[in-house]
Amino acid sequence: MTTRKPKKRPVYIVDGARSPFLRARGRPGKFVAADLALKSAQPLMLRQPFEAEQLDEVILGCVMPAPTEANIARIVSLRLGCGDHVPAWTVQRNCGSGMQAVDSAFRNIADGDSEIILAGGVEAMSHAPIMLNSQMVNFLSDLNMARSIPKKLAVLSSLRPGHLKPVIALILGLTDSVVGLSMGRTAEILAHRFDISREEMDAYAARSHQRLAAAHESGNMDEIEVIYDEKGNIYDTDDGVRPDSNPEALAKLRAVFDRQHGLVTAGNSAQVSDGASWLLLASEAAVEKHQLQPLGRIVDCTWVGLSPSQMGLGPAYASSALMKNNKLDIAEIDYWEINEAFATQVLACERAMADKEFCKNELGRRNEIGEIEAERLNIDGGGISLGHPVGASGARIVFHLLKTLQRTNTQRGIASLCIGGGQGGAMLLENINV
Amino acid sequence: MSSQKKESQRQMYRHIYVERDAEGIAWLSFDQADSSANVLTAEMFIDLDAALDDIIKDPPAGLVFLSAKKSGFIAGADVNAFARIDTEVQVKELIETGQSMFYRIEALAVPTVALIHGFCLGGGLELSLACDYRIVCEDESARIGLPEVLLGIHPGFGGCVRLIRLIGVLKAMPLMLTGRSLDARRAQRMGVVDQVVPRRHIKTAAIKMINKKAALKHKGFLGRLSNIIFVRTLIAKIIRKQTAAKVSKEHYPAPFALIDLWEQKGGNDVVMMKGEADSIAKLFMHPTAKRLVRVFGLQEKLKGLGASKKSDFEPKHVHVIGAGVMGGDIAAWCALKGMRVTLQDREPQYIGPAIKRANKLFTRRLKNKYERQAAVDRLIPDHKGLGVEHADVVIEAIIENLDAKISLYKNIEPRLKENAVMATNTSSIPLEILAEQLEQPSRLIGLHFFNPVAKMQLVEVIRSDVSGEKELQNGMSFTRAIDRLPLPAKSSPGFLVNRILLPYLLEAVELLDEGVPATIIDKVALDFGMPMGPIHLADTVGLDICQSVAKILSDSLGMHMPSLLAVMLEEGRLGVKSGRGFYTYKKGKPVAEKGKNESLLSEQEVQDRMILRLLNECVACLREGIVTEAALLDAGMIFGTGFAPFRGGPIHYLEDRGISEIRQELEQHEKQYGKRFAPDPAWKDLHGYL
Repeated sequence: MTTRKPKKRPVYIVDGARSPFLRARGRPGKFVAADLALKSAQPLMLRQPFEAEQLDEVILGCVMPAPTEANIARIVSLRLGCGDHVPAWTVQRNCGSGMQAVDSAFRNIADGDSEIILAGGVEAMSHAPIMLNSQMVNFLSDLNMARSIPKKLAVLSSLRPGHLKPVIALILGLTDSVVGLSMGRTAEILAHRFDISREEMDAYAARSHQRLAAAHESGNMDEIEVIYDEKGNIYDTDDGVRPDSNPEALAKLRAVFDRQHGLVTAGNSAQVSDGASWLLLASEAAVEKHQLQPLGRIVDCTWVGLSPSQMGLGPAYASSALMKNNKLDIAEIDYWEINEAFATQVLACERAMADKEFCKNELGRRNEIGEIEAERLNIDGGGISLGHPVGASGARIVFHLLKTLQRTNTQRGIASLCIGGGQGGAMLLENINV
Repeated sequence: MSSQKKESQRQMYRHIYVERDAEGIAWLSFDQADSSANVLTAEMFIDLDAALDDIIKDPPAGLVFLSAKKSGFIAGADVNAFARIDTEVQVKELIETGQSMFYRIEALAVPTVALIHGFCLGGGLELSLACDYRIVCEDESARIGLPEVLLGIHPGFGGCVRLIRLIGVLKAMPLMLTGRSLDARRAQRMGVVDQVVPRRHIKTAAIKMINKKAALKHKGFLGRLSNIIFVRTLIAKIIRKQTAAKVSKEHYPAPFALIDLWEQKGGNDVVMMKGEADSIAKLFMHPTAKRLVRVFGLQEKLKGLGASKKSDFEPKHVHVIGAGVMGGDIAAWCALKGMRVTLQDREPQYIGPAIKRANKLFTRRLKNKYERQAAVDRLIPDHKGLGVEHADVVIEAIIENLDAKISLYKNIEPRLKENAVMATNTSSIPLEILAEQLEQPSRLIGLHFFNPVAKMQLVEVIRSDVSGEKELQNGMSFTRAIDRLPLPAKSSPGFLVNRILLPYLLEAVELLDEGVPATIIDKVALDFGMPMGPIHLADTVGLDICQSVAKILSDSLGMHMPSLLAVMLEEGRLGVKSGRGFYTYKKGKPVAEKGKNESLLSEQEVQDRMILRLLNECVACLREGIVTEAALLDAGMIFGTGFAPFRGGPIHYLEDRGISEIRQELEQHEKQYGKRFAPDPAWKDLHGYL
């Protein structure tokens, strides 16, 4: 666990924006990651009374930028019009990348190194590359090395169908390469450990869709910026939502990870999506200088490590540490966003936090943390209905949680997520306008 | 120290300096005094002559020509001097000076290289062609070509001979006949230049080329074949036919003279060089050349009106409100030309089609994918209107509805940056009425673009009685910044261009009503030199739009509306966009129906009726001071409507044809057809306006 000294300066979130989250449909989506990040940042910057050149830094979380997007943060900052002199850097902490970017911005402002930072996360999962396998790479290398025609023919004759089997980067990215478990299997492990039924998972998933649909309907998702493709088509909403989703229909789906006996299905897992989300962070001085109106402030952020095979419990560990550091108990938290990687994983976190034994043994507490009321957790849906573009989600939940605190006129919230590889991150936010 | 030493090795002339390096290579830099660009003036030739003398006396290891100007190598011959040439003898003198100078360069025993960047046009390219090698700096600014034909002449300093020799007639002829210029890569692909290198390597490349003395390039087999006499005749016939399909020999003799020159004398360089001089001398004396040179001057004049040095206004962000055809295309054009653009409309769905069209424009105009991406990124759809606060120029192009405009202005004015230009693209609501709704009425100007924005060079910059001088100047600077030509005009119905065009279009409709077939009406207009016939033009603009413009003008200027127009609109015949107007359209092309001329009017009379009304309206505009001088009127009609450039503009034309003659014709027409032909009062003392 990383521990923090008290922060020197307050850090405000003054604005935010995100693209619609667009479900991957088996082929590369309309927008590459840099496009999503740029197009959602443009209106955000236009809303500000200063120009992009006046930013001190741009920090962007991204797990799998395209080969043409090395240091994608810099690409986006230049295309955004930040000019040559605004430094930009990309961070990667798997599913925590977007939150890591916000945390890095938070630290730099708190420490007095920067005044205004644009931070966010992006992922275009539909663009994850399909690669040649190593057999094929060796074959091409041999072919290239063969100098004479007979030698070339000899190499050519060694080509076998197996050479053509592609390597799908997305699957590799979603598989833990230390313990060899796909993320879905770590979710199955949690289901077993906390005795979570298929019915509970599906009910949770259906509710996620219903909540998101209601949020779209009511205007609670006005954080979405409209983006346009080159043909002038408009993308203005998260297109993975199924308002008519129900447990009965979800019950018909087959398990995809533990195919024979498992419980985790495509329907109760996060969707694979493309999307970007941004926050604009500022120091007190910058708020005054540009007369900005902050949405709220970041109080603290905590990162923890845990077993990779149970990575889904990350939020339980991270939130516990965060609450301890800030001497808060569960009643003082008005709203929660726990990223929905899997329905069972969110349910497992809830159970863990409400379980005295778990809290004692695993979190070093005397008592359980307590139960999170359903009406305080992920109230406008989450990764299951919205999609989970891995690098973007961390920034999205922070942004949306702040919007929720504003809307409900409440004070405090925690945004937390689990991180492939066995980590958790949690950020404590405060509405300063209460 | 070293720079002083270098200075001492410099041989200075007034417009040229020559430096010799350690390897004995001479670097001859063109550096025209008191100018930002090099032009081949008489003084420049004198310097060049002297410099070549010195070089021949003490031959260097090699000679490199380059330019000390940022703008480019050599922009061409001195077009301003053309206007002062009156006799064939003078032309021949000028041509022979150039030819013999470039021949001296070609005949030098040492290797010669032209190091080209930016503009290398006309005489500039002809000089380069006389060198052994040409190296171009690889950046976007290079423009290489022989645009003489646009001035009614053809290359005369041996350019015809040398370009054909270098790349063959099949590639050389289209370049010279169209006058189009090439960027660096295309010039290399066509074989006009030998190398394209980054700026940092340009001198190294020249030195290597001189030391290596690479074999000179010559046209390939096809090029040699095409120079055999009977092949020449055959090719000339084909090219002549292609050219005739685009321009008429009577109006534009230069391209045909060039083809004749090559056909008759292409076999022998010396003979052809002589022929080049003879041919150009004739062309120079033809009225077309004189008028095209005048048109060139008019273009320079408009450019000068918006020159950046005239104001400290540096627009970077344009906010366009209204994403319809005009607004959307204005936004796309501004983004193409480097502005950051926010495009606003009520809902995203109205902006989408504009984004689609913009991307098509970017794809067509920008071949480099990074530039294309930058243009796409610069055009930001903005249905919430967030761009207003950031904009240096706000252009309103919403529906022509006074209330809608007023409520919009109320909303945006308080949010504008202090020095922002606020402009409207309205063509039907008087600027004064809009201006009086503003807290600061002086800040409103009109920026009247023409459709299609990407093709029409002219923008009318409209002033109301209350428009501020600074705002107007900023509007003109902005127009230049997006590479359009600003025409300052007074706020008055139709402004200049539409107002003058309308009587001409209405007369065409009258003629149609009298039984003259549309094809004949359009033909006589094309014969006159218009880029498109009036009937086809009306269909293209859209008859509904024609009617609304006509209505505004007929209300205020008492123009009579032909009843045919109303009938057509009732039938839903709107022109090209509805598939049917005066013509029927298939895939946007008119289906030609040859009608019989049922009226008794001759083609000449048909032409006269349309042109006379147009000229009469021109005079009315001068009298009313819509533009401040006749030259601006000519410029406006040429760059705003494509009015026959070889006629030098309508006012120039009426002066040529005779003021009193035209007035009499108008009077006769008035007797025959009614008062729409009544000569404007200003005809009586028209000289006072010229």
